[in-house]
Amino acid sequence: MNLAYRDIRHNLGRFLLTCFGLSLLLGVVLSMIGIYRGLVEDALTLVRTPVVDVWVVESGTRGPFAESSRIPGDTREAIARLQGVSAAGSVTYQSVETLYGAKKLRLYVAGYEPGRPGGPDRISTGRPIGRSHYEMVADKRTGLSLGSRVELGRDTFIVVGMTDDQVSSGGDPVIYITLKDSQQLQFELAPPAARREIARGTGPGDTDTINAVVARVSPNVSPESVAEAARRWKHLAAMSQAEQELILTRSVVERARKQIGLFTALLLIVSAVIIALILYTMTMDKLREIATLKLIGAPDRTIVGLILQQALAMGTIGFGFGALLITTIKDYFPRRVVLQPEDGLALAAAVILVCVLSSALGVRLALKVDPATALGS
Amino acid sequence: MDQSVGGKPLVHVRNVSKHFGDGETRVDALRDVSLEVHPGEVVALLGPSGSGKTTFLNVIGCIVEPSTGWVSLDGEIVYDDGHWLRSDLRKLRLEKVGFIFQFHNLLPFLNSTDNVAVVLSLAGYDTAESKRRAIELLDYLEVGHRKDAMPANLSGGEAQRVAIARALANRPRIILADEPTAALDSQRAGIVMDLLRKVAVEQEAAILAVTHDEKIFDRFDRIFHLRDGRLDDQNT
Ligand SMILES: Nc1ncnc2c1ncn2[C@@H]1O[C@H](COP(=O)(O)OP(=O)(O)OP(=O)(O)O)[C@@H](O)[C@H]1O
Ligand SMILES: [Mg+2]
Repeated sequence: MNLAYRDIRHNLGRFLLTCFGLSLLLGVVLSMIGIYRGLVEDALTLVRTPVVDVWVVESGTRGPFAESSRIPGDTREAIARLQGVSAAGSVTYQSVETLYGAKKLRLYVAGYEPGRPGGPDRISTGRPIGRSHYEMVADKRTGLSLGSRVELGRDTFIVVGMTDDQVSSGGDPVIYITLKDSQQLQFELAPPAARREIARGTGPGDTDTINAVVARVSPNVSPESVAEAARRWKHLAAMSQAEQELILTRSVVERARKQIGLFTALLLIVSAVIIALILYTMTMDKLREIATLKLIGAPDRTIVGLILQQALAMGTIGFGFGALLITTIKDYFPRRVVLQPEDGLALAAAVILVCVLSSALGVRLALKVDPATALGS
Repeated sequence: MDQSVGGKPLVHVRNVSKHFGDGETRVDALRDVSLEVHPGEVVALLGPSGSGKTTFLNVIGCIVEPSTGWVSLDGEIVYDDGHWLRSDLRKLRLEKVGFIFQFHNLLPFLNSTDNVAVVLSLAGYDTAESKRRAIELLDYLEVGHRKDAMPANLSGGEAQRVAIARALANRPRIILADEPTAALDSQRAGIVMDLLRKVAVEQEAAILAVTHDEKIFDRFDRIFHLRDGRLDDQNT
């Protein structure tokens, strides 16, 4: 006869309510971890999308995402000629805000040369950019659809293709346009400013500027050697894909990572304390029954089993509900929540551990209880 | 002394004293109490409230540790001047002592049958056998019709009879009962006393019951009085 199960069944409503409360708490912990994973994942999609090996940027910077970087447009040709480079492309990145209908739209605009590295790796619907002007590939998170027309700068673009889950490290959805269009958007001055430049005699600014050159290297060539070669130009800096990813996770999302990490740790501690308290009061409420069990001759094993089994049941059910809850609602979060099985398992293990440790408190109490206390009225 | 029952006493208490607290708050619940109960004997313990009756039963049941004295159960010395001589008192209780408490103390989350069966399963019987014997005992105590009821839904008398069934389940040789018939009408009280008597005879058990119930005085072999923690033998 399983006493733990019988006791739970006798107070089923209360037990389930406790489990539900715990599941909300654990759900929050799980979503914090998911938000953190989502943040890192989001930050990395943009660097991973072009599928390249080397990033060439302005010297002294760690661009183009962590810092701004400007290099001449002809850098791409120079890089393409380096030993071991199989393909290279110029890219620009910028944030813009525009109106779509009445809605404000924040976009992260990536400019690239169709046919060269730097564009979206996968188009989910529609087609890649085919014409050299005024076409865009937009992420579905923009809320745009195929055929939508969006005004950027002084021109109107039409959406010809869609991507999935392409966002900047700030969470803005990404759109792709041609390099020429993006240079116009980024570097061309508005008419009044341009007139002023001409008046000062400096002439219209040179718009053939880009933010970075991305390059793929041939098999058997190390990206590091190519980066090394690119660095010989004094005005350029270069880094491998791995370094670029590291910069993004380290610098761009580092603060958010620490913030969320600390918050998650706090939540875990709070959960542990709450679980311990619940288990302790659960035992307190049962002291009389435990004393009775001792009176009729139940060994410690039976009593420890009762408490431990209930603790584990509560932890397991609480975690199960929580995980279920978060899996169901994760897509309603404004930013991506990535639930990885290994994170779930780690949390489950932590919860089980906390349950066992905190039930130790209850067990201590239960083992100390004097059987004579069961004799009072 | 009732000499009709021979052999070693099942319960043997010598010069036991027990006090609670110290100094100002000191209560002498038992003062130099000695008692022998032999197999087959049914013994009553009388006394005013606070005279130490429950404490005495608890000492015999190894629930309360005496302050001084000597206690032997079924030929085994379990307490000798300041020390328990057994570390597994609960196992001793499970094997030898059946308790009927002043307040019934059923486990609230088990139904009547399982409240009785739990003792048997602790003693190593399998579930089916435990239940079978539990139901048998409940029937015997005329609460078989309440075998699936939870304790909260039992009347005082029904709960007490379930508790008695639990005390008898493991066929203990020492039965300690704290006012076992207080919650029962006189007819049922008589049935319970007859049952205890039968157990005493059939299982060669010693029964020690606290009671205030004058109607059942004639069912006891001997009656002891406790006053202020002192014991005096009334009818030898
Ligand atoms: N755990 C304890 N701590 C302190 N004093 C106690 C304790 N248990 C009993 N006493 C005291 O010991 C004395 C004897 O108590 P006991 O419960 O044995 O009386 P009783 O004869 O069973 O009374 P009643 O008929 O009311 O049940 C009382 O004065 C009581 O207050
Ligand atoms: Mg009493």
